[in-house]
Amino acid sequence: MSGPRDIHEYLGAFEDIPGTRVYTAARARQGYHLNQFAMSLMKAENRTRWLADEATYLDEWPMTPDQKAAVLARDYNLLLDLGGNIYFLAKVFSTDGLSFLQAVSTMTGMSVEEYSAMMNAGGRSPEGVRSIKENR
Amino acid sequence: MARITAGIASSHVPLLGVAADMGKDRDAYFTPIFEGYDWTREWIARPEVKPDVVILVYNDHASAFDMKIIPTFAIGCGERYKPADEGWGPRKVADVEGHPDLAWHIAQSLILDEFDMTIINEMDVDHGLTVPLTMMYDAPDAWPVKVIPLAVNVVTYPPPSGNRCWALGEAIARAVQSYGEDLNVQIWGTGGMSHQLQGPRAGLINAEWDAMFLDGMVGTTQKLRTIPHIEYLRETGSEGIEMVMWLIMRGALGRETRALHRHYHVPCSNTAIGHIVLEPVDGTVPPSPTVEGNNAAAQAAI
Repeated sequence: MSGPRDIHEYLGAFEDIPGTRVYTAARARQGYHLNQFAMSLMKAENRTRWLADEATYLDEWPMTPDQKAAVLARDYNLLLDLGGNIYFLAKVFSTDGLSFLQAVSTMTGMSVEEYSAMMNAGGRSPEGVRSIKENR
Repeated sequence: MARITAGIASSHVPLLGVAADMGKDRDAYFTPIFEGYDWTREWIARPEVKPDVVILVYNDHASAFDMKIIPTFAIGCGERYKPADEGWGPRKVADVEGHPDLAWHIAQSLILDEFDMTIINEMDVDHGLTVPLTMMYDAPDAWPVKVIPLAVNVVTYPPPSGNRCWALGEAIARAVQSYGEDLNVQIWGTGGMSHQLQGPRAGLINAEWDAMFLDGMVGTTQKLRTIPHIEYLRETGSEGIEMVMWLIMRGALGRETRALHRHYHVPCSNTAIGHIVLEPVDGTVPPSPTVEGNNAAAQAAI
C-alpha cells in the first residue's frame, strides 16, 4: 500500500482538503438512515408518496430532526455534514427534476449560470484548494 | 484459450446517457465529447477487433448496492442485468447479457489468488456500466458483446488502493489466460477523470494531472499504481478517485501497452471526460504468488 499506513493519519489528511467532505466510515454511520431514505426514492411508488407529503414520508425513517430539516430545505452542504453522500442524495434532487450540475452548483455559493460558465471555461482550478495547511 | 486483446478507459458521466437517449449527442455541447468516441466505435466493430466478452470495471452509484452491503470488489456471474432506475426511471437501453461461465471461472481463480471477491448473481446495473456501452456501441437493439460486471467500491472510504487494483488486474489476466474456450476478451476501466460533485470545492478540474494519468497508462511505467488516495482527492476532486478503476484495466494488460486512441474534453456536466484505447505490447503478468494459485489440482477444479 502506498501512502500513510496509519489509519488516523490517513483519515486526518482528509480534513485538510478545503470545501470537501470525504465519505468516511464515521460519516457513513452518521448518515446511514439519511442515505437509506434517499435510496428509497429509486422506486417510482415511493417517489409518488414522497412528493405527495415529504414530512410524513420522512417520519417513516429514524433520522435526526436536523437531518430531516436539511432534507426539506434541500441544504446539500448541511446534508453532507450530517452524513449524506452525494450519490444517495442524488435520488432526492433527481426526484426534484434537478440535474447533477444544477444540484451541485447549489453547494458552491454560485448561481447555476455562474457555475455552468465556470465549467465551460475549464472548471475550478486546483490552485489554492489542495491543502488548507500548506495553502496551495 | 481466452485472451485479453485490448483495454479501454472511459468516463461514465450519467449525462452522456441522457444525451444519447434524447438524441442530443451531436448537438453543440455534446458533439466534442461524442466525436472522440467515433474512432473507437469504428475500431471495435472490425471483425479482428470485436470482443466476445468485456470485463467492465465500474462503480455502482447507490443503485444495486445501498449502505446495507458495501463490497470492495464484486463480480457479476449472472445471466443478465437490467438497467437500474436511478431516480429518474431506467434508461431505455438493451438489457446487458452476462457470461456466467467465464465470470465464475474468473471469480474462482481470483479467490484462489487471494482476492476475496463478492459474487453477484442478480443486480441491476446503473450508468456506471451502461454509459460506457453507449459510448462504444451507440444504441443497438441488443449489445453486441457479453459483459462481466466488476464493481468496485469507490464511494465509502477507504476504497481499494491503486496498487491493489493493479494487482487485481494482473490476477484477472491470469484467470482469463487459464480459461479453455477461445474468446476475445477486452477489459474496460471506467469513471473519472477529475471531478468533484460535492461541497464548496465542487467543479474542480485538473487537466494537467489528468494528462499525466493518461500518459501513465501507456508503456512499461508502473508509477500510477503507487499514487495514494489523498493525491487523487487533492488533485482531481473527491470523485476523481474513480480513476483507481482504470488501474485494474491497466494491470490486466501486462508489462507494456501502446495507445491506439486518446481523447480528452472539458466539461461534461461537472466532469472532465477522458478516454483511451490501449493494446498490450507485452501482456506478461507476474505468476500467481499464492499456494492455491500454483496448485495444479485446485486450478484444474475451477
